[in-house]
This record gives sequence, C-alpha cells and structure tokens, in this order.
Amino acid sequence: MSESEVTRKGLRGVRPGREATPGTDVTPGTEAGRRPRGRPGRRDGTGRRAEQPMVPPAEFASYYGRPVLNAPVWRSPEIPGYLFLGGLAGGSSLLAAGAQLTGRPALARAGKAAAAGAACLGLAGLVRDLGRPARFLNMLRVFKVTSPMSVGSWILSGYVPAAGAAAACALTGRLPRAGAAATAAAALLAPGLASYTAALITDTAVPAWHDAHREMPFVFAGSAAMAAAGFGLLAAPPGESDPARNLAVFGVATEAAAFERMTRRMGMTAGPYRSGRAGAYIRAGQVLSVLGVTGAVLGRAGGRRDRAISALSGASLLAASAATRWGIFHAGLASAADPGYTVVPQRERRRAHQREQAGTNAQGTS
Amino acid sequence: MSVDADPAGESGYPEHPPRMGFFTDTSVCIGCKACEVACKEWNQVPEDGLALTGMSYDNSVGLSADTWRHVAFIEQRKPVADGQDQFRWLMASDVCKHCTHAACLDVCPTGALFRTEFGTVVVQQDVCNGCGYCVPACPYGVIDRRQDDGRAWKCTLCYDRLGAGLEPACAKACPTESIQFGPLDELRDRAAGRLAQLHAAGVADARLYGEDPDDGVGGDGAFFLLLDEPEVYGLPPDPVVTTRDLPAMWRRVGAAAATLAAGTAAAFAVAALGGRR
Repeated sequence: MSESEVTRKGLRGVRPGREATPGTDVTPGTEAGRRPRGRPGRRDGTGRRAEQPMVPPAEFASYYGRPVLNAPVWRSPEIPGYLFLGGLAGGSSLLAAGAQLTGRPALARAGKAAAAGAACLGLAGLVRDLGRPARFLNMLRVFKVTSPMSVGSWILSGYVPAAGAAAACALTGRLPRAGAAATAAAALLAPGLASYTAALITDTAVPAWHDAHREMPFVFAGSAAMAAAGFGLLAAPPGESDPARNLAVFGVATEAAAFERMTRRMGMTAGPYRSGRAGAYIRAGQVLSVLGVTGAVLGRAGGRRDRAISALSGASLLAASAATRWGIFHAGLASAADPGYTVVPQRERRRAHQREQAGTNAQGTS
Repeated sequence: MSVDADPAGESGYPEHPPRMGFFTDTSVCIGCKACEVACKEWNQVPEDGLALTGMSYDNSVGLSADTWRHVAFIEQRKPVADGQDQFRWLMASDVCKHCTHAACLDVCPTGALFRTEFGTVVVQQDVCNGCGYCVPACPYGVIDRRQDDGRAWKCTLCYDRLGAGLEPACAKACPTESIQFGPLDELRDRAAGRLAQLHAAGVADARLYGEDPDDGVGGDGAFFLLLDEPEVYGLPPDPVVTTRDLPAMWRRVGAAAATLAAGTAAAFAVAALGGRR
C-alpha cells in the first residue's frame, strides 16, 4: 500500500521526493522553454473590443489572461428581463394601490394588469433559466436569509397570487372587497420585490456587481418607479395620469443620482458600466430616461397632442428602465470575464492592509 | 492568529471528526495530471475536451463542472533558487478550497449545498435545481453548472471515500505527495515546517496561500504552497466571501424599498396638491 498518512502519531508511508528542494537537481544549461504567450493580464486579442475602459488598466499578472471567476451562467433575456419586470411589477402595484385609494380607477386597473402580467412573465423567465426547470419548487424547500434568491422566491410566491387576484378582480369587476385586499397585499410586498434583486446580483463575487452593493438598491428602486410610471402614462387617461408623471420625475431623479454616486465611488470596477455593450445600454437608458421624463412633464396639459407626447414618453421610460437593467447585467458579465477587475482591486486592498499592519508594527516598536 | 474555526460544529454537528482538507505543495508538483485523471475516474466526471490549449502543457484550462482538479503550468524566465538557471516551470494542482465561510453554500436557495461532518462543502445532486447562483458567488471560480445536465458540480473532497476511511482519489494518486490529505490542523503545522525549510534553502518566493484563518473566507480547507503571486496561478490575491457584506446589503435594500414606497406616496400627494390649486 503506497498510501501515506498524516496521523496524530506523525507521518506514515511518506513517498520519496516529498521534501525535495526545488532547483537542487537542475542540469545546467538546459534551455527548455519560452515565455507564456502575450503580456500578462491582457487577453491575447480574444474578446477585447476597440473600446477601452476609462480607468487605464494597471499592470498585473494573470494565468494566460484567463478569468479568475467562473462566468455567471444566467442568460439574457431571462435574467435582465426579470430584473426589469420585477421592478415594473413592484412599482405598478404601488401605483395601483395609490390610484385605488385616491379614486383613479383607470390608472388602478392599468397598474394591476401591468403588475400581474410582468410578475408572471418574469417568473416564467426565472423558471426557464433554471438548469432543471422541473425542480423549480425546490426553491421553497428552505428559507435562507443568507440567500437573496431564497428570500426573493418567498416574496414572489406571496406576491404573484396577490397581484394575480388583484388584476383578476379589477378586470372582471367581481369581488371588489377581495380585490382591494389582494391589492393591499401586493402593494405591501411590492417594494421588497422591486429592490431585493439588487441584493441578488450584488451578493456575488462579480466585481462590477459586488462593488456596487451600496447604491444598487436605490438604482433599482428608481428604475422600478420609472418603469411603472412609464406604463401608467401609456395606459391611463389624461385625467388620472398626474401621479404617474410625478412618479416618473421621482424615478428618473433617484436612479440617475444613485447611479452617478455608485460609479464615482467604485473606481476601477465601474469601468464595465462605461465601455462596450454594457456602456451602450447604460447610455441609451440615460438618454431615454431624460427624454421620457421631459415628455411626461410637458404632456401634463392633456390636449390631443399632449396625449401622444405622454404615450411616447411612457414608452421611452419603459425602454430606459429595461436598457439600464440590461446594461447592469452585461457590465457584470464583462467584469467577471476580465481577470484585471478581480486581481487589481484585491492586490491594492492587500497592499493597503500590509502597509497598515507595517504601520502599527512600527508604532508598537518605537 | 484567531482560534481555528469549526465549520462542522457551527453547522450543527455536535460530535464530528476533525476538519479534513488538502495541503497542495506546488513546489514538488511534477505536472503529471494523475490527480485530474484519478478524480475523473473515481467521481465519474464526464469528458470535457482533450485539446491542448497552447497554455504550456495545460489542457483543462481551469476548474469547472467537469474539472475538479486542474493542473496549471507556468513557464517563467526566473531562477528557481539562487545560482540556478534563468528558467523555471511552475506546476500547481488547483481544487475547491472548501472555505470556512463558503459563499456557494450561503447563497444556495435550495439547500442543495451543505457542510459535511468533515467541514467540507458538498452539492446534493438530487436537490440542486440548477439556479446557478453558486457560480458567480464563488470568489475562486470553482463551482460551475454542467451544460447538458443543468446542475452545479464541484469537488466533494471525495465525501464517499472519506466516509469509508479512505483518502481522496487525487491525493491517493499523487506520486510526489504534492497533494497531501489529512486533518487541517496537522496540515497547517506541516505546511509551516515546509515553508521554513524552503526559505532556509533560498527559495524566497515560497509562500502559503489560503492557510490564514483571518483571511476574507476564514481560511481554506484546501490550501497551497505557491512559488509566485497567487494571480500568476489564476488564484485571487485577496478573496472575500461575498456574504460578509450581506447584512449591509439588506439594510440598503430595506432603505431603498422604503424610498420607493415614500416616493410613490409623494407622487400622489403632489398630484393632490396640484389638483386643489
């Protein structure tokens, strides 16, 4: 038996060479190799686009430019689509509840329909994205607060029936009391539904997502308000659309402020939000949200031309919210694929930590 | 140094065997890939390509759903030790780190990932529904989803063999004992001795990786002796378990949810004021 064991009584059956010192048995003069291909840290032409991040890449070593992380297996359109639809549903439930309380039946109906439709479509996307869709009920096997996906599954399993019942009662006109209760229940879960997805993506090792964890919930809350306001503007008659217009202003302002703060604070790992495919989505979202909110404010008077402007601005706001979600999704993928976004910040953190320790040691000895 | 963590005890095993792990001493790795083969054979891991990559003698690229031991090859113009030739060839067998604070385990929504009595982290394949959350959660890029199968797979530290009193297949097959298996506290002692031995022999580059219980993942159950910076081997220099920040994330989510509710209420309040005017 060739097995050696580390036992409490010491080593047994040690193989020869285990304590060998590297370099002690090298035949001089053998030139046996070549350098690893390419410069360390930059991938060899593969996958690099002409557009470079705004933060210049620092020097770093890597294993043949391979990513340190395994790429997220989540697919588009299912997952960015769910981020968008979850926000649309949550925001719409809140808008519908407010509309019902303040006597705006058409806006309430539109909000409830949007909430139920978006939630069901989003849920279908989530199930489709599973590696084993037939096992989707395993999500409700346990409740784990350490897993935002578990928390989200439980929120969804309460929200979808409530939003569905609210929409069914509103569209058929039956059981108004049950409908009001369902509307209230959906509105209670709605803020959580619209924001938990920020924890879902930032609770990962993906640099562009994890480093954004402080502001991402506010970006998502703003984006949710923007989407719900957009749908409200599209669907509600002019007499009832004022809250949606105000919500559009709130949503666009919140999202823009949180996003700006986020990318400023992040430093290097904000790079993927500015370049490549993700950057294009983000910029499109910013332009569309400004157009949308401008139209929402200008279309307030309610004339015939204003109705067209409102509808256009509503569509623009919906598209803006979706574009931002797609941009955030792709920024994560891009940051996971480039070892630099993993290695450089970690190396800097380690150096800072070592300096700090050296500083305290020096203070201790002096 | 802090007191050694007891992940099995914290996971609810009142009495359990000592925490088991790997010490992979890359200074004696000869790049034979016997560990890769033994792992595939024992665990019946499907074939995932036999092409050479052009990355020296590496043909398995990195850890994945179908590669649970990966041997890295690095060719450098740098002497191994003082007075040697200006060339060295680094080889290292990478594996799941079986972290003290395991992000994959924390984020798994189904409970498919669990902590064993040996302190290791294992996927229950009859529970995993392939949600894929563990994949981006892992700071080392270890666990992955198998494409045709849809479930997440990774090293089990041969949980079945451990239960039967055997050592893991990779350690069993390693001809130089670069891969050493045993109780983690013993391995840490051995590693400290080996490091001192190498430093005394003039191998100044030698360093331990993942052995520190105070690091961002609470120390690894599988740790390494490396001859260069971790990133040269494709390892993250300062990994942190993502769930360390989760309490802060939940607080922010709560604040954002409240902001959204308040913003909607304000939208109606402003509309009411405008209507009254």
